[in-house]
Amino acid sequence: MGIRPFYIHVEDQTLDDLQRRLARTRWPTITGENGWKFGTSSAYLRELMSYWRTGYDWRLQESKLNELPQFKANLDGGDLHFAHVKGRSMRALPLLLLHGWPDSFCRFAKVIPTFSDPERAGGTSKDAFDVVVPSLPGFAFSGRVQFPNQERPMRQTAEMLWQLMTQVLGYERFAIAGGDTGSAVAQNLAIAHPSSVVGIHVTDLSWHAGNVDPAMASKAEQKYLEASKKRFMEDGAYIMVQTTEPRGLTPGLNDSPVGLASWILDRFHSWSDGGDHLRTFTPDELLTNIMLYWVTQTIDSSVHHYYAEARSPSLLPSSHVDVPCAVALFPHDAAGIPPRSLGERTLNVQRWAEMPRGGHFGPLEEPALYAHDVVEFFRPLRSTR
Amino acid sequence: MSVEPFAIRIPQSTLDDLRDRLNSTRSSRDDATDWDAGTSPAYLRDLLGYWRTQYDWRAQEAELNQLAHYLATMSGVTIHFVHARGRGLSPFPLILTHGYPDSFLRFRKLIPLLTDPASHGADPLDAFDVVVPSLPGYGFSDKPDKAGGTFDIGALWRRLMTSELGYERFGAHGGDWGSTITEHLARSHSTSVAGIHLTDVPFWHSFQKPDDPSPDEQKYLDSIAAFQMKNGAYAMIQGTRPLTLADSLNDSPVGLAAWLVGKFQRWSDCNGDVEQRFTKDELLTNIMLYWVTETIGTSFLPYYDVMHAGAPRWIVEKAKDLLGGAAKVPAGFAMFPKDLSHPPREWAERFYDVQRWTELPRGGHFAALEEPHLLADEIRAFFRPLRTKA
Repeated sequence: MGIRPFYIHVEDQTLDDLQRRLARTRWPTITGENGWKFGTSSAYLRELMSYWRTGYDWRLQESKLNELPQFKANLDGGDLHFAHVKGRSMRALPLLLLHGWPDSFCRFAKVIPTFSDPERAGGTSKDAFDVVVPSLPGFAFSGRVQFPNQERPMRQTAEMLWQLMTQVLGYERFAIAGGDTGSAVAQNLAIAHPSSVVGIHVTDLSWHAGNVDPAMASKAEQKYLEASKKRFMEDGAYIMVQTTEPRGLTPGLNDSPVGLASWILDRFHSWSDGGDHLRTFTPDELLTNIMLYWVTQTIDSSVHHYYAEARSPSLLPSSHVDVPCAVALFPHDAAGIPPRSLGERTLNVQRWAEMPRGGHFGPLEEPALYAHDVVEFFRPLRSTR
Repeated sequence: MSVEPFAIRIPQSTLDDLRDRLNSTRSSRDDATDWDAGTSPAYLRDLLGYWRTQYDWRAQEAELNQLAHYLATMSGVTIHFVHARGRGLSPFPLILTHGYPDSFLRFRKLIPLLTDPASHGADPLDAFDVVVPSLPGYGFSDKPDKAGGTFDIGALWRRLMTSELGYERFGAHGGDWGSTITEHLARSHSTSVAGIHLTDVPFWHSFQKPDDPSPDEQKYLDSIAAFQMKNGAYAMIQGTRPLTLADSLNDSPVGLAAWLVGKFQRWSDCNGDVEQRFTKDELLTNIMLYWVTETIGTSFLPYYDVMHAGAPRWIVEKAKDLLGGAAKVPAGFAMFPKDLSHPPREWAERFYDVQRWTELPRGGHFAALEEPHLLADEIRAFFRPLRTKA
């Protein structure tokens, strides 16, 4: 069980091949309309693809990413990729940051400096964290990690990350923060190893929390669940595809860069308040995220977790996280803002914050708001480490 | 004349571009062989290998051109169709409507059985003049320039048969979207339509749940709901975010194949082995039709239109029902055991004047391809008493 330094380096061949594919894109037409009515706006996508071909500089982005100290840990199942930035403090609290789908460890790029060196950001070194940011198994540079079976993949992911933190990095107790898949993994880890987890900070409750019998739900909860159902009918088809026929979908996504971009960007558009031009993200941020799926060919392994998890769920409505939990909700997130009582069914909620703006990718869109909430939540818990 | 003969001739540049894409396919490392999560990666690899090295489009194209193809332009909309004349004393005109993810090719094996029964051990009095159009947005038909047109296809078909081809009275058969379109045709134009023959009860009827379902009907409605959860993802994405999906399928031939082939395996009576029912050439020629015409995106429009139809549309349809459109036209059903749904006869009787209802012993969703003889027999039998106006 060792670790070795890791640097991202994509072969020239891969970049040349990408250029050839972009140049020969065959755009479908579903009527001449623009906008996001039928899916990813073709006008927006063409503009971004044009930038991808002519302006986007992967080597520059690659070198920026490589400014983060990165490693690979050899664990059961394969090599796990992670960034590890030590906190500028003698008593830095270890913090495991967990991304989701369709994003990557880059979700936390803007907040890593604040967490590791708060003084530089105008805070106090007492709030410093040792930051550990993995690529989840099946994603990006952890793409080759394979579990022994298809049972409860989020639980197996949690186990692997627990091993990383406690056995590879030697942290006895640590904090966790995440969203989307990262929220589910955080909850699984806290349930499986409560004595290792100081607390978890999540930006959504995860799927199982919405599985409440309406007869047992409060009025506010019922209203929220109705709205969730409506949202699902309008925009939940990607989940249905990924949980029932992923292998019909992913071959095309792995073979067409524009196709992959479209599938991913529709989520960014739907779950942010960036409007029709996704203005809360830079084109470089959006493309670098897509590149991580493209260059590692991990769209299928990342999607397969949806399928396996749906058939063998790691979390049930009866699951409960007993360690201290914070929930930070961003209004444009996929699930909107649930009533606090819903969160309290499955989490030991010690902090509940409803942000004024931002969406699913809170740490990217609103890094200051997000980082502040994480710091505030964990401050009183540092003495419990 | 707004009807012109048409020969399929795909530009060599399209075929060369396809070859380049096939040769540079980025395949996944997935080595699974099962079809549980969609198209089997192992099968896809096998199909891709054949497509790259052995599949001969020009040979398929030449064979397809043995059929008589035409393009009819009506009010600026161009529709492709095959027109196969019957051999017999009095061939009866019949329009056949395909669905998704198939094409006019659905009826390839059925056409000769219907046009020339005498050569297939059947009665020449049962011959048909067969018209097989491609739906708007599919194959060689025009791509619609706006959504909402699905509900007008029935009227377009009626115009094709009566104004363009001169058939005053004709029959109509269809399955999948073809059954919905055939029903629209009957509902709005019952004087021209002698009878309709379907291989399923159009699914949209299940959206309006009755107050008084029988136990068998309730079982059917429950099975529709279960189908939607387990197998309905394709319809949901195609109806809500069609472009988001079409972006990859129109740009990656292996992606297109993966999305389409899964349905041929899941929906046919093939015991899990798709090649029990379809050859690689059959599967690929159908996929090629979507690829060379770049119609995968527009093929999703019926799903989008139905999902966005809204209450006013269903009220209009209901009103047409009350005016007795579809109920006036005799209806026949040939139900195949491995098709997607199994409504009881009484369910169909709510909406149609059911004059024939047969449950066949084998075959699935693509019955015209899987069991053409069984289906031909059914169509002949259904239309036999309807050939002359009562």
